[in-house]
Amino acid sequence: MSKLKLATVWLDGCSGCHMSFLDMDERLIALAELVDVVYSPIVDAKEFPDEVDIALVEGAVASVDDEKKIRKIRAHSKTLIAMGDCAITGNVPSMRNSFGPEAILDRAYIENASAQRQIPCVVVPKLLTIVRPIHEYVKVDVFLPGCPPSADTFHTALVALVTGAPLDIPALTRFGA
Amino acid sequence: MSQTITIDPVTRLEGHGKITIQLDDQGQVADAHFHVTQVRGFEKFSEGRPFYEMPGLMARVCGICPVSHLIASAKACEAIMSVDIPHTAAQLRRMLNLAQMVQSHALSFFHLSSPDLLLGMESDPAARNIFGVLAAKPELGRAGIGLRRFGQHIIELLGKKRIHPGWVIPGGVTEPLDPAKRDEILALLPEAYANIALALTAYKRIADGFQQEIEVFANFPTNYMGLVNEDDSIEFTDGTLRLIDKHGGIVDEGITASRYTEVIGEAVEPYSYTKFTYYKPLGYPEGSYRVGPLARLNIAKTMGTPKADVELAEFQRIAPGLPVQSSFYYHHARLVEVLYGIEKIERILTDPLILDKHVRATAGVNRLEGAGQAEAPRGTLMHNYKVDENGLITWANLVIATGQNNNAMNRGVLQVAKHYIKDGKFSDGILNRVEAVIRTFDPCLSCSTHAYGQMPLVVTLVNAGGEVVDQLIS
Repeated sequence: MSKLKLATVWLDGCSGCHMSFLDMDERLIALAELVDVVYSPIVDAKEFPDEVDIALVEGAVASVDDEKKIRKIRAHSKTLIAMGDCAITGNVPSMRNSFGPEAILDRAYIENASAQRQIPCVVVPKLLTIVRPIHEYVKVDVFLPGCPPSADTFHTALVALVTGAPLDIPALTRFGA
Repeated sequence: MSQTITIDPVTRLEGHGKITIQLDDQGQVADAHFHVTQVRGFEKFSEGRPFYEMPGLMARVCGICPVSHLIASAKACEAIMSVDIPHTAAQLRRMLNLAQMVQSHALSFFHLSSPDLLLGMESDPAARNIFGVLAAKPELGRAGIGLRRFGQHIIELLGKKRIHPGWVIPGGVTEPLDPAKRDEILALLPEAYANIALALTAYKRIADGFQQEIEVFANFPTNYMGLVNEDDSIEFTDGTLRLIDKHGGIVDEGITASRYTEVIGEAVEPYSYTKFTYYKPLGYPEGSYRVGPLARLNIAKTMGTPKADVELAEFQRIAPGLPVQSSFYYHHARLVEVLYGIEKIERILTDPLILDKHVRATAGVNRLEGAGQAEAPRGTLMHNYKVDENGLITWANLVIATGQNNNAMNRGVLQVAKHYIKDGKFSDGILNRVEAVIRTFDPCLSCSTHAYGQMPLVVTLVNAGGEVVDQLIS
């Protein structure tokens, strides 16, 4: 059996889901026998590959860049997993929604700055007005809640997806876990 | 024809970032910038939350160093409560912070940078990652996983959860240390010592092969800042801040969290969501300084633990009597700190009061503003909050390690680009070095913009008319 292609992506999250993925520790070595990590913050691929079997996506959609990324990921992935509470509900990143991006930027770069007060605008992407979970943009195949989902949850879910074994997510994890 | 090289995103880095390199008409490097491309807004959206929620909320700034945010946040809350936390709580939090430092440094050195160091800057990009290291150097790859597991395991034992533990609260910690858990941590130490010994030996064997990188990886004089104790030993959780100049002379010291807010300023550049921190009396950008492992080892006169002190003496021989100034040596300093962390955790566990049941102080709002500071793995971290009489947050400011290194990272990118890119020519290996200088700082871009992201790499050559003339995807 040829190895499945796995991608992991950060949108607007804290990286805690990725750290929990790495918390599989030595089990990562055995996992690498089953899947190739073809795209991830921890590998050097710069472009999302044309064909990915499983894409794990952490974080909410918060900027115009995030929106472009999630559409591209969906178009090139067979199974898209919303990884963690921010991807599934918006969670902490969406707390800014009741204030709006202008208020966020004003606090950080005008009020809380002491020199060259200005809103960054060169190269950096524009913020969307509302932070949304990824299923509001694209179809999600598997929801894996948790803040973050535990390493055991990742391991059980990935092995099940690769081998076709049944996957009982509520038995593994919950929101806020 | 002037050109801009864009590296988007930078990989094996903790966050969303891009690098742009501007070439002049002759194809020589004219300028370069490191752009952090996300911002989340914790300083604003925490408004209206009860202050005692802040540690749990602020931990979500970063999944790599949530413990530093928990601690800096809890300390800011304790300033608002006007309480001193019990000795045992302080010791347990110190151990938690050291465990995090060890796991985060293991991530930085092994998972993110060791592919460059062990496989080579020019090695095949498809295998230039932790899985490639595990295949080519299995013993070292496993040592890295083992050291990261060591830190995470201690965090889980103390806080019940590896990432975002809820154990640290304003006033101390929720539960005392169970004797069985103390014994379990003690049993983890021998493997951790063996793994760091392996890492230090491997690093010293290969470092000489990177003379060119040492020469140009952000190799220039700057100021440095970090926490120290009264006996000049390194500190991560308590103590006060000291700022030294490029000769090692003390510029300012004894800086407490409440004074930090007076002497530290933040400037904004239009090209990055991460601000540029500086020491106000020297102005911007002259007051820029570096933080993190290199800064801490340049500032501390002693580690205060025997094995790490032997390593510190060897480290200081790189530049006798002066601060070590090439950022390549962040890698070396990071490994020395890991050894210190393991020794210090062992020492804390022998504290006769470590199992004491008094681990939490309680109080309401006794001040309307409070600040707290701690060393995150990548450098000094400060949280500052204002509350109303009901304890609801009205304002927050966070000063993060990566902002304090931002000036040096940008200058470092320019230095590396100027050295390697000539006549408009570059390769994957050259661009990887431009990224690798950023990796030495172990920046946390999630933290620095109170945001986080992801990063691959596209280099686009654009002519003066904005037309794409060449693209390299690596």
